[in-house]
This record gives sequence, C-alpha cells and structure tokens, in this order.
Amino acid sequence: MQSDIYNPRRHVGIHAEHISNVSSNDFPGHYPDEDNSWNLDLFRKKLQVKVNKLSQRSIQFDLVGVDASIANAFRRILIAEVPTIAIEHVYVWDNTSVIQDEVLAQRIGLVPLNVDPSYFEFKSASQEQATDRNTLVFRLDVTCTRKPKAAAARGAKKAEPEPEEIYNHSLVTSGDLTWEPQGEQNEVFASNPPRPTNENIVLAKLRPGQALSMELHAIKGVGKEHAKWSPVATATYRLLPLVILNPEKPVPPQHAEKFQKCFSPGVIDIDPVTKAVSVNEENLRNETMSREVLRHKELEGCVALRRVRDFFIFHIESEGPYAPENLLPESIKILKQKISTIRSAAEQLQVEIEGEPAVEGDVEMAEA
Amino acid sequence: MTGATDDADEQWMQMNDTRWRGLGLTDPIKNIQDKWLLLPAFLKVKGLVKQHIDSFNYFVDVDIRNILKANNKVTSDVDPRFWLKYTDITVGFPDRTDPDAIDKSVTPHECRLRDTTYSAPIYVTIQYTRGKKIVKRPNVCIGRLPIMLRSNKCVLAGRSEAMLARMTECPLDPGGYFIVKGTEKVILVQEQLSKNRIIVEVDPVKQIVQASCTSSTHGGLKSKTYVVTKKGKIYLRHNSIAEDVPIAIALKALGIQSDKEILLLTAGTTEAYRSTFSQCLEEAAKLSIFTRHQALEFIGAKVKVNRKVVGPRRPAWEEALEALATIVLAHVTVKGVDLRPKAIFVGTMTRRVLMAMQDEKMVDDRDYVGNKRLELAGQLLALLFEDLFKTFNVTLKSGIDKVLKKPSRTTEFDAFNTMQFTGDLITSGFVRAISTGNWSLKRFKMDRAGVTHVLSRLSFISALGMMTRISSQFEKTRKVSGPRALQPSQWGMLCPSDTPEGEACGLVKNLALMTHITTDVDEEPIIRLAYLLGVEDISLATGTEIYSPGTFVVHVNGSIIGITRYATRFVYKFRKLRRAGKVNEFVGVYINHHQKTIHVASDGGRICRPMIIVENGKPRVTAEHIEMLKRGEVTFDWFLHEGLVEYLDVNEENDSHIALYESTIEPTTTHLEIEPFTILGAVAGLIPYPHHNQSPRNTYQCAMGKQAIGAIAYNQLNRIDTLLYLLVYPQQPMVKTKTIELVGYDKLPAGQNATVAVMSYSGYDIEDALILNRSSLDRGYGRCQVLRKYTTLIRRYPNGTFDRLADAPVENGQIHKKYDIIQPDGLAGVGERVDPGDVYINKQTPANSNDNSFTGQASAVSYKNSAMTYKSPIPGNIDKIMITDTDNDQTLIKVLIRQTRRPELGDKFSSRHGQKGVCGLIVNQEDMPFNDQGICPDTIMNPHGFPSRMTVGKMIELLAGKAGVLAGKLQYGTAFGGSKVEDMARILVENGFNYAGKDMLTSGITGEPHEAYTFFGPIYYQKLKHMVMDKMHARARGPRATLTRQPTEGRSREGGLRLGEMERDCLIGYGATQLLLERLMISSDKFEVNACEDCGLMGYNGWCTYCKSSKKMAQLTIPYAAKLLFQEMMAMNVVPRLILADAS
Repeated sequence: MQSDIYNPRRHVGIHAEHISNVSSNDFPGHYPDEDNSWNLDLFRKKLQVKVNKLSQRSIQFDLVGVDASIANAFRRILIAEVPTIAIEHVYVWDNTSVIQDEVLAQRIGLVPLNVDPSYFEFKSASQEQATDRNTLVFRLDVTCTRKPKAAAARGAKKAEPEPEEIYNHSLVTSGDLTWEPQGEQNEVFASNPPRPTNENIVLAKLRPGQALSMELHAIKGVGKEHAKWSPVATATYRLLPLVILNPEKPVPPQHAEKFQKCFSPGVIDIDPVTKAVSVNEENLRNETMSREVLRHKELEGCVALRRVRDFFIFHIESEGPYAPENLLPESIKILKQKISTIRSAAEQLQVEIEGEPAVEGDVEMAEA
Repeated sequence: MTGATDDADEQWMQMNDTRWRGLGLTDPIKNIQDKWLLLPAFLKVKGLVKQHIDSFNYFVDVDIRNILKANNKVTSDVDPRFWLKYTDITVGFPDRTDPDAIDKSVTPHECRLRDTTYSAPIYVTIQYTRGKKIVKRPNVCIGRLPIMLRSNKCVLAGRSEAMLARMTECPLDPGGYFIVKGTEKVILVQEQLSKNRIIVEVDPVKQIVQASCTSSTHGGLKSKTYVVTKKGKIYLRHNSIAEDVPIAIALKALGIQSDKEILLLTAGTTEAYRSTFSQCLEEAAKLSIFTRHQALEFIGAKVKVNRKVVGPRRPAWEEALEALATIVLAHVTVKGVDLRPKAIFVGTMTRRVLMAMQDEKMVDDRDYVGNKRLELAGQLLALLFEDLFKTFNVTLKSGIDKVLKKPSRTTEFDAFNTMQFTGDLITSGFVRAISTGNWSLKRFKMDRAGVTHVLSRLSFISALGMMTRISSQFEKTRKVSGPRALQPSQWGMLCPSDTPEGEACGLVKNLALMTHITTDVDEEPIIRLAYLLGVEDISLATGTEIYSPGTFVVHVNGSIIGITRYATRFVYKFRKLRRAGKVNEFVGVYINHHQKTIHVASDGGRICRPMIIVENGKPRVTAEHIEMLKRGEVTFDWFLHEGLVEYLDVNEENDSHIALYESTIEPTTTHLEIEPFTILGAVAGLIPYPHHNQSPRNTYQCAMGKQAIGAIAYNQLNRIDTLLYLLVYPQQPMVKTKTIELVGYDKLPAGQNATVAVMSYSGYDIEDALILNRSSLDRGYGRCQVLRKYTTLIRRYPNGTFDRLADAPVENGQIHKKYDIIQPDGLAGVGERVDPGDVYINKQTPANSNDNSFTGQASAVSYKNSAMTYKSPIPGNIDKIMITDTDNDQTLIKVLIRQTRRPELGDKFSSRHGQKGVCGLIVNQEDMPFNDQGICPDTIMNPHGFPSRMTVGKMIELLAGKAGVLAGKLQYGTAFGGSKVEDMARILVENGFNYAGKDMLTSGITGEPHEAYTFFGPIYYQKLKHMVMDKMHARARGPRATLTRQPTEGRSREGGLRLGEMERDCLIGYGATQLLLERLMISSDKFEVNACEDCGLMGYNGWCTYCKSSKKMAQLTIPYAAKLLFQEMMAMNVVPRLILADAS
C-alpha cells in the first residue's frame, strides 16, 4: 500500500507556477486497453480510512481511495447539511446595554449548543406552533451591579481598575444562558442538560445599572440556511504531499541544508556524514508544499513535488454537539439519505418511461 | 603579488580620501533612529487641526482687541460732550443662556442634542459720560460669539480623556469646528493670493507685461495697483484713476521730479532697461509735464471722486494727492505727505516690469505656494466681528442720539441702558453667517457664499478630511490647468493625493500632516531688528544705491524698508536670532537672488512646516535628544526652543538645502526632513504602500475613504445625527501606517480585514464585482447600521393653543396595527420595531392653531392628527428618543430609528487602493474554494482589476497582511517605508507558505485542486455608504405631477424612469413608432380632447365654444403637455389651430 502512493497515475503535479493532472483518470476509456470500470471489490481493497489524531474537539484522518467528488461531498455535507440546534428567536424583554438588540441576537445565535439534534424535529414554517419537540427555551437574565466594598478592598492600587474587579456581571458570557425545560424535555435531557459547548464566549459587556432579560428559542437547522447551524468550525481536507528525489541528480552536499530548509521541519533528513538527503516518510505528510525548493536554481531538477489525488487528509473541528469522530458517519448517513431519495425518484422515473420497476443494484442504474 | 596588493591598497586609500558629497567611504552611515517620533510629539502639541484652533485663539486673544482699539469711541451728534469709550474686550467661556438655569456650564454635546449654539459672551469694559461724571463699567455683554471646539475658550481644552468622557465627548475628535443651532459647522480654509506683494506676469498673446500689487491694510481697505506696459510704454493703473497714468508722470506726482532721478529709481544703471524706459520719460515730456504740480493736476483730472459729503470742490491736484496718498498702494506707510516710500515702491514695480520685458523668465508664478496665503476661521470671524461691531456702534449711536434729542429728561441719561437695548445684533450676526455660510460684508466689499460647511460625520476620516480641506477662490468653470496642477512647491505642505475628481479637481486641496499656518506677528520689532542688523533706511537711498550690484533691498511683509550689502550675513544673523528664540519662530526670511531682495515675512496665512536644522553636515537633533523625547522628558516645543528644529515657510524652504534622508546630507545641507511620509495628508496617510501605486488610485482612495462606513467617534451612540452609518464589527487594519496611529484611525476604524482570494469565480465577478461568502456575512462581515433622525416640535401657538401627544386611539376595543408601538405618552417605545406605515410620534395639532382671533380655553379646542409615520420600505427599530426644549422654549422631540443591514447583492465595497466594486454574488461557504488549512475566502476579487490599475500596493498589503497574521503582529505599510516585501516573503516561507503569497486552493464545488495557484490573504476592505437598499427603485403606476400630468421624477417621489431624448432618437431611428407612441404619450400623459374641425380650437363635451356648434367636433388623443402648451400660447395671444386631416 505504501509504495502504491508512488504510482504516478495517482499523482497531482506541483510545479512552480501551475498544478497538473488535477482530475482523476480511473474511469473507463481513459487509458486504452484498460477497463477501469467501477468495481466494488477493487474499491473495497483500495478504500482506507485511518484516524491519525483525535482530540476532544477535532479529528484528523486519512480517507484513501475515493474520488475527489466523494470526499468533497462529505466536506460539503459537514459544513452545510448536518443539522444542529441554534438559537433562532430572541424575545427581548429588557436590554439596556450598549449593544443593540439585533446585534446581540446575532451574537447569541452563533453560540454553539451541546444538544443532540436527533431528539428534535425541524420547525418548518414560522407559524408552526413551538412544541417541546422542536424548540428549546433558554433565558438570559443578567444585571450588572457594583461589588460592595470592592473599592475599599482595592485600597490605593493602580489608577484604573479592571471592570471585573469592581462590578458583578460586567461580562455577559455564553455561560449565563440558562435552560428552561419544556414539556418532557426535563426527562429527555436529564443526563446532559442543554448548555453552550463553550461557556466563555463573550456576548455583551455591562456596566452598573444595565441589564439584559430575554427569552431565547433554539430550533433545529442546517448550515446551508445560516452558518450558526454548521456543526463544524472547519471541515477540510488536503491531498497527501509527496517529495520525490531525483536519483539522476542528487542534491549537492553543500546545498543539503538549504534543501532541508525548503521543506517543513522533519520532512527531509540529512545524513550527518555523507550529507546525502532523504525523505522522511513518517513526517512527509507535514509538508506544506510551499514550493520554496523550486525557487532555487542550484536545486533545480533534484526533486519533484507531487500530491496523491485520492489520498485525502481530512481535518474536522467539531464545534457543536457531535463528538468529532461521529461527524463523518453523520455525513455518510445524510449522503445515503440523499442517494436513496434520488434512487427512488429515478426508479419512479423509470417506471414512468418503461412501465416496469428496475431490477435492482447500482450497476444497472448506471447503464440505465 | 605584493605589488598588486599595494596597488589595490593605494587605490583604496585614494578612494577613501576622496569625499563624495563630503563623506568618505569608511565614514559611518549616520542615522538618527526613530526621528519620526518628532511627528507624534508635534501632533501632541499642535493636534491635527492646529491651524484652525491657533487662528481662532489668535482672534479671540489678540485680534479682537485690535479691532476694538480701532473702533473704540462712540460719540453723539446731538450732545458734543457725550462720549463712550471701549477700553477692554474679553471673550468669556461658553455658558447656558436659559435665564433660570442654576448650573450655567454647558457642554458641546448638549448643544448638539438641543439644537442650540455653543457660544460664549463677549464682554467689554466701557467708560462713558453720565451727566458730568465719567462712569466705568466692566463686563458689559455686547453679544455672543460661537466658540470653536477645543480652542482655548472651549470647555474641552486641556481636558483628560476621563473628563471628556464625562462630557460625552470623543477624545479623538479633533475639534476646530463650531456648533451653531445644533449643527456642526466648519469654516473651510480659503486660499488667496498673498497681499502687499508684487506679482509680475506676462500675457504672451497681447505682449503685455504687468506688475500688480493688492494692498490690504488692517482697516480692511483693499485695492489693486498695476504697473503695465502698453505699446512699449509703462503706465500706472488703478481702479480709482479713470485712465492709465504714464509712469513718469505718476512718479513725478509722487515727488520724484527730476528725470534723472526717475530713471535711476526705475531702470537703475542697467543700459538695457534705460533704453526701454526712455520713451516713458519722453511721453511725460511730450505731454509737457515737468513739475510735481503739473503731474498732480494731470492725475487729478482723472481721479474718480466718490465723496459722500458735498463740500466745496477741491482743486484737482488735491484730489490727486489724496488718492495717491491713501488709495493707491494703501499698504505703503506714508508719513505726512512724504510720498517717497511709495515712489520707491512704484519704482520697484516698474523695474520688475522692465526686467520681465527684457527677460521672460523674470516673472512670478501665481500658483507658487509661496505666493499664496490661507485665510482661516479666525481671520474670517475677525472681519465679521469688525463689521458687526461697527454696525453695533452705529445702532448704539443712533439710539443714544434719539434719547439725547429729547429736550427734557426725568432721569439722567445712562448710555448703558441704551446699550442693553441695542439687541443681539452681534449674536445673530455670527449665528446667521456661520449657519448660512454667507459672508456678505458690504463694508469690506466682501460677498462670499459657501464659506462654511456642515461637518461631514460619515466616518471619522471624512470629518478629519474636512478639517484639513482648503478651498480655492478660483472659479471652477474656467478651463485653466495652472491653478489645478500639482505645484512642486507644495511638497510637504499640501497633500499631493487628496483632491476631488471632476470640476473641483486641484482647486480643493488638503493640508499635509505637519503643515502649520502662521498667524500675524507684529512687524514693528522686526523692522527695528532689521535696522539693528545693518539695514540702511530706504528713504536715505537713491536709485544708484538701490540697484548697485551687491546691494539687496530688504522687504518686510512686502513693504520696502531698506537696503543692505551683506545679504547672506543679514539672513544668517536673523535666522540665528530666530533659532535663539529672540524673534518669533514663524517669521520667515529669505533671499531672492534674481531680484536681489531679502524678504522678511511675518504675516498670517503662510504655510510652513518644521524641519530639523543641519549644521556643518550634522543634524542638530541627535539620538540622545530622541531618547529624551522617548522618555517623555521633553516636548516638541523644547526642540523648537533649543534651536534643533525650526519652521520654514514655502519661500524660505526654497532658499534652503533640505536633505530627505540623513544619508544624503551634503556639506551645503541646511535642513533635514523629519519624515518623508509627512508630504501626505491625514486621508492619504491611510493608504498602505501608496508609493507602489499608480498615483490616481491614491486620489480615488482619498475620495472613497471618506465614504467608508465604520466607527465615527467614541460618543457615536450618544449622538443623534440626521444620518449616521456605523459598522457593527469594525477592525483595525492588519497593515497599518504610522499616519493611522497618529490620527487614531486604529481606534476608530472603518473597515474589516477580509480574507481575499484573487481569482475568477462564476462570471458574476466581471467589471470589479466581488463575490462574498455567505457564512462570513452570517458571522457579521460587512454588517452595518443606519441611524436616521426624525424631529418634531411640540409647539405653542400665539393664540394660546398648543400641540399635544396622545395615546393610541382605541377603535372597538382594539388598537389599530399602525399604532401598536405607541405608548401612553404618545411616543413609540424604545427598542420597538417600526414597520413601514407605523406611527412613532402620535402628535396632534389644534384645529385652530392659526386662528389668531381665538380667545377661548386652550384645553377645549378640538385637535386633528398630525402623527409622524415611518416611511422607509424596510422596518427599523427605535434606537432612542430625546425630549428637550430649545432656546426659545419649544419642546423638541428627536427620534432615532435604526436599521441593521447585512450586505446584499449590489452593495459597494472598496479596498484602500481606489479599487471599488459591488457585490455580484453571494456564495455558500461550502462552494467557496479553500486552501490546505481549510480557510475559505470572505471575498473573491477578479484578477483583471490589477493589470490596468497597477495597484501594486494592494498586492504588497496582502503579502504583509498575510505575514502579519502568521507572525501574530501588525505590519506597517507606511509611505516610503514600511515592512519590506523581502521580510514578508521570509515570514511566509518560515511558516510553510509560498513566498509569493500564492496558495494551492481546492475547488469547493468539484473538490479537485485548482490548476493555478491563487494569491490569497487578508486585505482591508471598506464598506461604502452606497447600498442598493437606498437606491433600488422601479414603478409601474404612480404619482403624477399636477401641472403636466406626467409621471413624477426621482426615487423619493416614486417617480418614473425617463425615456430621454437620446433613447427617443434610437426609437425614431429604429422606426418603432408604436413603441414611441406608447412611451411618450399613452404611458405618460395621454389626454382626450375635443377639437373643432372648422376652427381648429379645442372645445369640451363635444361643443366648440368658438364656433358655438357641436357639428364638427372630433375627439383626439394628445399629450397633456401639448394641450397645456396650446393653452399657454393662447394666453399670450397666439392661436394654435389643430388642422384635422382624416377625422372620421
């Protein structure tokens, strides 16, 4: 498998001023006398998913052996179509802060909540009644006051005190949102009460005498509609970088260090004795492809930069209720749903045209 | 081998010995680190609008006293024993005028909100006779003077930031404007030709050489005197003399009788001048005028007399003498009837004409900045005050006369009482002049409109830009390029970039960052000093001495005071004294080698700027001084006082040798620039890397920077302006300039750092259109607020009735939807949403408010609704409501309604490089391309914007911005300096990016990599105030104008879209007759008329009133405008007849 990535057919060429071979070529008719038609067994053999890094809020994994369109579909679904819960309706009872109602509402809307959207239904039209199955209610009631005896405690310290020292609630953060259970929500969310995933997001600043009092209704939505419903901070991929040394023209020993500096740290090893350079396969994926090496005349022809077209290094940062490792499965679920929608529609179309239902399977579909 | 090295050594030694510009090869490269720190020090002392404030302070502290002194006595025609004298005048501090106020202190912000005038009383001390006693009364208020903000009479002067905050005033606001009736008014700087100086010009077409001099004395009298050539002969021309006077006769009349002396005084000993001048002498002889008396008689016959008092007619020579002594060249001081100084002045003018006749190059340049003077608020107010004060005194005098005329009085006459009743002439005069901008002072032959402007508060920069603006008196319509062109002499004084496009291009200018404008300095001590420094009195000199080689004539403010033979020494000593602080630092002195003159200037309105003094090839400011400055031990004034830095005006700058950088100092260098980027003004200073841009782009940005939406002031949320644009999340630019920090743009920014991909996307980005990322907009990019003020007065009417506010009317137990936000006090609740058509002030007016005969109970009258309804098509929110009362006790209600807008298709954006564009498409984030880090652009810009515009600065901004993001710090794009591209590229490479800033992007649509690398990084983008929401307009049917019945015009009247002449031509050319008919008549103003086939006149209802018959009436459709035309013609006794051919 490892050597397989050096198959030039899988390579995207990285040149000084352009990129070559960006499109895939493993389809029938591209190479003469080769079949290359889609084959489930081959696909199973080639497909590989390997998690490299997993943390509380992010995941990095390799997705190998799929077409760019598939990888991109996952990325797009993650950004735009995986549902989450976010605050949509804000009922302001009181807002005497300097920040305007609309602006505050927009800020509150962008606060990610830890609620699993599968408990909820989409609240389609705005006239639909809010129920405990489609709406989550939060309250934001904050009043800023002076801390009693704060001035005395400070004594004769520096001239300008920090607002936190002398006022209560001078900062309104996402932690100040309080959940108000409705209907049977109390039981459903007993183990994991709804709250923001991050309690330290500053929503507004207050001074003594200013107060906020508002009711917030969170509903289910998708990132397509508004960025606040996107479950990810970023979902992206890059192609595996390759540095291929030219055996015909080795890097001159006097330029070895310069050569090394042209790449990300750890990508190039230098033999301490012979000053011969070699590519560190382990760290190769850290290469950022700055193409710095292509700038230098003395290093010309020593190296070829490539990327592997079907080797996607995915990086997903979760910012919603989903654990990072659950995001890809979630997107696959949605993709499958979409496919089944299309399939049923296609079948219906076929019935309309030919008057009989399709036999089954994808291959027949492709022929049809 | 050794020989070769020896050779090389020797060569090296030789090279080292050679001095290049006074420096050896091994000399260390001198450099004062951070000498630019002088600039913030300068601004700290002077502020950004020091010219306005200095000028106003000078008026209030000095000039107002001089004016009083010149008009200090009021006498009576009735009682010769009566007199009233003003002995002192002071301007107090702004206070409240409400009579019952306990706290008299007032803040400018209160005046803004309450629509009052921020003014202070003018107090005089008077002495006058009461009966037989002399009474003295101090602190008599004669009127109120609007006070310039941050001047030394303003309550804001010298206050700390915390104190300003308490007064709800922004510490970054530069001041320098007035608040009159609640509006902020700026008196723009006016550019004029310098007074009392000789200007020689040549008309190449008419072959005329003329020397002119506009005299201006403190009394305000202005007159222009010319010495012109006519057919090779020279004449003196003046408005008050009907005909041109041959110059020899004029000089004779001025007391130079002998021809020899005249020749010496004009042509001197130069043979060429003598021969040219000879025919002038001949002319006098031909007219047989030899003596002074004859000359005076000759002139006297031509003097235009305009005397009010009809007395006995004076002989001609007396008239001539008076004209010559007082009107011609009025600024030259004449003691008694000794006209010799004036004769010498005329002689000098004549000589300049002779010089220009010989050598075309000896002319002056009108557009040279050294020949310009800037007139500021102080001077204009001084003129206004003098005029008003004189009027005040005249009114006072007539008032006193009226009382004194009465034969018997019960009490002793006290002039003070009359004074109290003279009215608020001065107060209203000031308010009227400043609020209308009309300076029409008959007394000084001045009639100017548009002197003041409303301070533009569109953005912080627009307000600042307005304060540095200079308007020219030049006509905008004249097609001349000279006054509009960039003058080399405006280097460092006036911004080369900041000028509007179009008709005012080059006529409206802006001050550069370090420019200072002088105020008047008393010239008396300077003249005395000049004599002490070895200048010989001019009246002792004859032409021979004046024009002998090696002699320099000394002018002080244009008047000739003497001659010296040691010009360099005189100037050197004079400057030495100035640097030592013995002479005012704003007195300029320079040698004009072409004219062999030394000019000392102490008049106001000269443009000058500070520079580091260089002595013996070394700058006097050293690194130690800068260290002291950094530690805060010294201020800019200390540098001035120590003679390390001095001010140079344009003329003196031209006489100096100024090094731009320390490394370029030569032995002859006299000064060193403080920082080269100070040639730009405050507005152009915002542009990063402007020296890499094509120059018009910088000019475009200067215009657009003023339209950018951003933060306006720290008190922006307390202001209630007619229209206020605010950005919700303003950011300071990633790539700053030093100017940005100095003016405070980083604290009140107008824009956001957008991540930009320079690539083509979708075709909706052609012609500079931008693609925006929808998710960025969701997150708040480009979001702005528009706050609009709506005012109303709750009036009291003369008949005792008054307006009232009422609760929402209840109909069948329900409140109508349009009243749903009205609260019991009749006003909408703060924070409520206002939908189109909603009432936000439920005001009611009495039905009989104009009925002055009404005497009943005011509470019993019936009321009619006059509610204020919200008309904008987009809902808004009530931001705040203010209830107060104005000066004249009317209740004033101001409602501020806010709209929050998210960018939409067609909104206008611009970078800081004159590259504007509208939003062409909003794209979902998932469709946007992304780089290896997963970053999506906020904005996509088409690369075709670059080649023809050549805004390389924008590219460098992107590079520096990207490097700054990666390094975690702000970068600088200061003009002629800033972060270097090489360093930026290094930072990029160190962080694993391509050195050129080009990233590999992946398409968000296909998921495949792009085949090209994309220039990708942050660029500061401004949102401009032009938004589609305010502009979009269409109409199918709608209102029509009453007179013509054609559709109305303009968006505000829901007007139609005109099919104009050229469009009509197209349709005619195409032959689309039915379309023409439809557009021009049917859809516009079609009208059915009845016309008589017999008489061709229009009738009605099938009846011809002319023929008294209904037989041959035909109906036809014509435009209403045509029918109107016929009737109007008939009203003028022209009969248009309709000849109907195929009426059936």
